Amino acid sequence: MDFPEALSCPLPILSHDTVQLAHGAGGKLSNEMIDKIFLPRFLNNTLEKMEDQAILDNPGGRIAFSTDTFVVDPIFFPGGDIGDLAINGTVNDIAMSGAEPKYLSVGFILEEGLPFDTLHRIVLSMEKAAKLAGIQIVAGDTKVVNRGSCDKLFINTSGFGFVPDNVHISASNLIAGDKIILSGTLADHGMAVMTTREGLSFQSTVESDTAGLNHLVKDMLNVSPEIHAMRDPTRGGLATSLNEFAGSSNVGIQLYGDTIPVKENVRGACEILGIDPLYVANEGKLVAIVPEDIADDMLAAMKNNTHGKDAVIIGEVTDKHPGVVALKTGLGANRIVDMPVGEQLPRIC
Amino acid sequence: MCLAIPGKLLEIFDENGLKMGNIDFAGSVSKACLEYVPEIEIGHYTIVHAGFALSVLNEEEAKNSFDAWDDLIDRANAEGIEMEKLERPD
Amino acid sequence: MKYLDEFRDPVIAKKILNEIHAATTQPWVIMEICGGQTHSIIRNGIDQVLPDEIELVHGPGCPVCVTPLEIIDRAIAIASRPDVIFTSFGDMLRVPGSHKDLFMVRSEGGDVRTVFSPLESLKIARENPEKEVVFFAVGFETTAPGNAMAVAQAAKEGLSNFSELVSHVLVPPAMEALLSSPANRVQGYLAAGHVCTVMGWDEYDPIAKKYQVPIVITGFEPMDVLDGILHTVKQLEAGTHEVENRYARIVEQGGNQPAQNLIKDVYEIANRKWRGIGEIPVSGFKIHSKYAAFDAELKFSVGDIHTEEPEACISGVILQGLKKPHDCPAFGKECTPQNPLGATMVSSEGACAAYYKYQRVLND
Repeated sequence: MDFPEALSCPLPILSHDTVQLAHGAGGKLSNEMIDKIFLPRFLNNTLEKMEDQAILDNPGGRIAFSTDTFVVDPIFFPGGDIGDLAINGTVNDIAMSGAEPKYLSVGFILEEGLPFDTLHRIVLSMEKAAKLAGIQIVAGDTKVVNRGSCDKLFINTSGFGFVPDNVHISASNLIAGDKIILSGTLADHGMAVMTTREGLSFQSTVESDTAGLNHLVKDMLNVSPEIHAMRDPTRGGLATSLNEFAGSSNVGIQLYGDTIPVKENVRGACEILGIDPLYVANEGKLVAIVPEDIADDMLAAMKNNTHGKDAVIIGEVTDKHPGVVALKTGLGANRIVDMPVGEQLPRIC
Repeated sequence: MCLAIPGKLLEIFDENGLKMGNIDFAGSVSKACLEYVPEIEIGHYTIVHAGFALSVLNEEEAKNSFDAWDDLIDRANAEGIEMEKLERPD
Repeated sequence: MKYLDEFRDPVIAKKILNEIHAATTQPWVIMEICGGQTHSIIRNGIDQVLPDEIELVHGPGCPVCVTPLEIIDRAIAIASRPDVIFTSFGDMLRVPGSHKDLFMVRSEGGDVRTVFSPLESLKIARENPEKEVVFFAVGFETTAPGNAMAVAQAAKEGLSNFSELVSHVLVPPAMEALLSSPANRVQGYLAAGHVCTVMGWDEYDPIAKKYQVPIVITGFEPMDVLDGILHTVKQLEAGTHEVENRYARIVEQGGNQPAQNLIKDVYEIANRKWRGIGEIPVSGFKIHSKYAAFDAELKFSVGDIHTEEPEACISGVILQGLKKPHDCPAFGKECTPQNPLGATMVSSEGACAAYYKYQRVLND
């Protein structure tokens, strides 16, 4: 795998090649790591002050606050790594409220012995993702744990943004007649990670879709602030997000079976592993529930954004079968799309 | 039981003394053991189950199915029901 | 995807469906043997659009569902040993044993790994010579060639730290056991296409003759399944009982000879218990005595296994097609995919899980 960014920005000279327990002990080695690895990449006026807390301006109004922890294995996968995933994940969770993500904190748990080269590559990709999203990293923390106490590194990101006064997005807002818009293809991230895992004998061309969606959301809100509900279908996939909507709003959801887009190579991987793309994680897609009268304009605006170019209306909200997500099959039958149980496993039967 | 789907053989190689191949499933390429399909050649479609190729797809028989369905559509059209024939990839 | 999408075309599928409606004049009970077909039927809603006269009964062709509790408990005992890396298809990890499943073994510190091919288990055995690597060799005839190859290859390479816990079952004896039961209602079979890919169909001729049932070898895509149903109905209506191959692009009469040869070398026919059904004579494989060194049952003495099957579970009669999942008082109540009482609620193609997932009544 090529990492051109890493080549253009070589690893700073450090006194050790790998992370030592002392790098988390708060002394000279800690400072060296912060000064050489983290600060140059994340620098902004707030972080620069190196206080124990970030002091930020409050423009008033409502705040959308979210946190997420990232433990993905492998830490590098086609299309991304744990670093951009950690930034985009929290950016998207904030953005799904309609808020513009502004500030992030980042917490690292590093396993003793982690090569600094690896950490540096991940930090570079976090820098890139944060810049693309236009979000500032204003607080951070690093802990080092004994070898075996964590797997290479874990990252927590928390962050917030400000919700426009006229935006009220909630899973309990669905009403019959609303249209369901999906921003693009399903299952790219989950299948990229699964087909990379050792043991599956795959040479996959599937790439993760990890991306910040806040600019897409902004384009959507420019069409209308009347988005009823919105989620990024990560773990558990689209099926989980839609079941949560149907449950929270006590309405039915009717999907048009043949409209749900899946890339050919992703479908190939799903077919051979026996996995349903409706249940697979996405990291750069959103599903929005919008009133019928603005659905077409919303769709058109989404298609003009890189992250929504494959957007499509996949179904509608109905007052039939409340709490249940149903999918119309090609034969005209209507089957239930339930919540998944546990993790998706490759199957032979 | 027995999930198996057709894929196209891209290359043949040896691994630990076994005849193996890389099989393309619409862009996702998976390794499979070819010991049970000695007649297979690159470009053939084969059914793979749990990492083993079990049968070379008989393209003539597949074509027979397609032709039978085209007949169905012809008959439907003759009865005045509009149906389009499928475009089938080469 | 070539040779897949062509068999999923809804327009032609509806046309075949119309032919089924036109051909059906009276009630028929048809069993699809294979869980993969059950999955396709429920997922595409085929059962919802068939004529009311046709009842599809879901057969026992799901290794997750029919692997006996005793073997699951044995797998759990072996996987719990500190010297063992236990490898399995993903399907088996959630199957409940008497007290726990393989996932719980992993959470308690057992080294349980999912593999996609038995050859991956061999790779793990090569890379971990200090460990015993056990592969959970479950399945029907379709999976047997791969599982047999793993043993033959281990023998060839002298990988003495590899062994298989075998629970292989065979389709024709089960078909016969169902037909000879006094409670049998099945009048025609959709035979499992991929089983026939390996074994051919010569074994089915005597069954079709003796019990006077049509047996139609059927594929798995919606159009394949509909086509199999159409030809079964046509035979039933005409009063014929032939073995008919409707999966000719994949299945040949003799099956796959090299695969059959290696299966015969590595395994031998044995009586096997089927979960929920009981022992069926000559209905499975065990490791041939000449490969005894690779038999995990012989290698690991895990003591007497005392199984406890939940009393409320009626998976046995469901597997025999005598009852439907929603006839079970526990269905959807004590027994759900999150908390399954029986294996038919675990497997994605188990009849109970398939019903729970796709077919709880829609209040349309």
